[in-house]
Amino acid sequence: MKKLISAPYLLWMAVFIIVPLLMVAYFAFTGSEGGFTLDNLAAVSQYTNVFIRSIWLAAIATVICLIISYPLALILARMDKSYQSTVLMIVMLPMWMNFLLGTYAWMTILGNNGLINMFLGQLHIEPFKMLNTPGAVVLGMVYNYLPYMILPLYTVIAKIDTSIVEAAQDLGCNGSKVLWRVIVPLSVPGIMSGITMVFVPAISTFIISRMLGGGSNLLIGDLIEMQFLGNSYNPNLGAAISLVLMVIILLIMTILNQFDNDEGRVLI
Amino acid sequence: MKKLSKAYLAIMMIFLYAPIFVLIVFSFNTTKSHSVMSGFTFDWYVKLFHNELIMHSLLNTFIVATAASVLSTVLGTAAAVGINNMKKLPKTLTLQGTNIPIVNPEIVTGVSLMLLFVFFSARMHFEFGFVTLIIAHITIDVPYVILNIMPRFRQMDPNLYEAAQDLGCGPAKAFFKAVLPQIMPGVLSGFLMSFTISLDDFVVSYFTSGATSQTLPITIYSMTRRKISPEINALSTIIFLAVVVVLVSKNIIERRAAVKGGIKG
Repeated sequence: MKKLISAPYLLWMAVFIIVPLLMVAYFAFTGSEGGFTLDNLAAVSQYTNVFIRSIWLAAIATVICLIISYPLALILARMDKSYQSTVLMIVMLPMWMNFLLGTYAWMTILGNNGLINMFLGQLHIEPFKMLNTPGAVVLGMVYNYLPYMILPLYTVIAKIDTSIVEAAQDLGCNGSKVLWRVIVPLSVPGIMSGITMVFVPAISTFIISRMLGGGSNLLIGDLIEMQFLGNSYNPNLGAAISLVLMVIILLIMTILNQFDNDEGRVLI
Repeated sequence: MKKLSKAYLAIMMIFLYAPIFVLIVFSFNTTKSHSVMSGFTFDWYVKLFHNELIMHSLLNTFIVATAASVLSTVLGTAAAVGINNMKKLPKTLTLQGTNIPIVNPEIVTGVSLMLLFVFFSARMHFEFGFVTLIIAHITIDVPYVILNIMPRFRQMDPNLYEAAQDLGCGPAKAFFKAVLPQIMPGVLSGFLMSFTISLDDFVVSYFTSGATSQTLPITIYSMTRRKISPEINALSTIIFLAVVVVLVSKNIIERRAAVKGGIKG
């Protein structure tokens, strides 16, 4: 009885997680009339530029998130305990708004008639194009996924034993040495999970690129969406692109994990 | 250094809240402009409440989120109990399978479920709608229920279930009277997490909902596609207030609990 109790879930997992993924693989390797083919995967190579753009923009957004989140996580972790949880709540609150609303807000702020250009107009500066640029897409990614970087960093840094920091200071480390030789190495697991939690949604988004990037900054997600719900209905090609996307993410994560382990060894 | 920290914190707060602030301010604007305030009005709020599409999709969102979170809590709790009693290899495999929807990009989860539903809808004559949407939501919710419950078993005495049975409980009674109260905090946080994930989900819903089962995020998306509409601003203001109320009360409840615990301890 104890073993049977998880049977409904195992069945659920098989039907709604495993089988759909196998279907993605099956569709990727079959033509529209059935039969094995590598044409879909070959067709993906036409979109190499889209893949490169997605990886590049997602990587930039991830690095920016890391750079601006780290000091914030440090400040939060060192804050007086009595109001730490309140400040953390205020920092995390925007994450609870649907990401479409934040993206929509940036769309209105960055537009040619938006708030920023209007303000520049008051200063007699020519309005310039911010919306529908790669920069706007990166901004949207940073804005929406920033909390996913802050939270793991904060959690890891807050857990660091203060006596380790004090020991380093006693042994003659100054502030920056404590940071780079003690706190940063100890927070590597948080950095890694932050990178994963920002990079994966950023590389596969299709909303942010469409709302802030216009038609000229297509990402992998847009490409997939177009094959399933857009004008160019082609689930076989869409499945092939999805498969390649999963492989790319898996590869990048494997490389990152390698780095994580190395850091751990250096520390020991 | 202290001043620098405060300045940095302030800059980050401005970055995080400026877009929300802009949305709120222009929800009271008399014109549709998002750069010039021409006057103050509540018109967009009135229009929002008379917008049948939005109200209908709001109702849909709550129906789907409630159904999906209740069902995934039941399914996930049973699964967690079973997984906890598994041997090492099946346990590892099941937990890895459970991780798939968490690790996989949402768009791939959405697309893969869409392929499945398309395949079966052609053969079994059903259409995309509430059923496909709720199935999809359960699929993305259950992993979080399981991951919230599993750590609770580590804190629980493994002999509790047998002890209850020795004392005369049937298997069901032993579970509900002895095991469930122990894992209840995990069950509850898993349920709440499922509910918020379902309320907020756009990507998976986008690929698995039908014309009649549109949820609020899908409606918001189609509204932003067409043109700027201050009704979205009004809606954002209301959602923001709701989020503030929920989070502040959660914070207060947790603090009170902590104070109580402190007195007891």
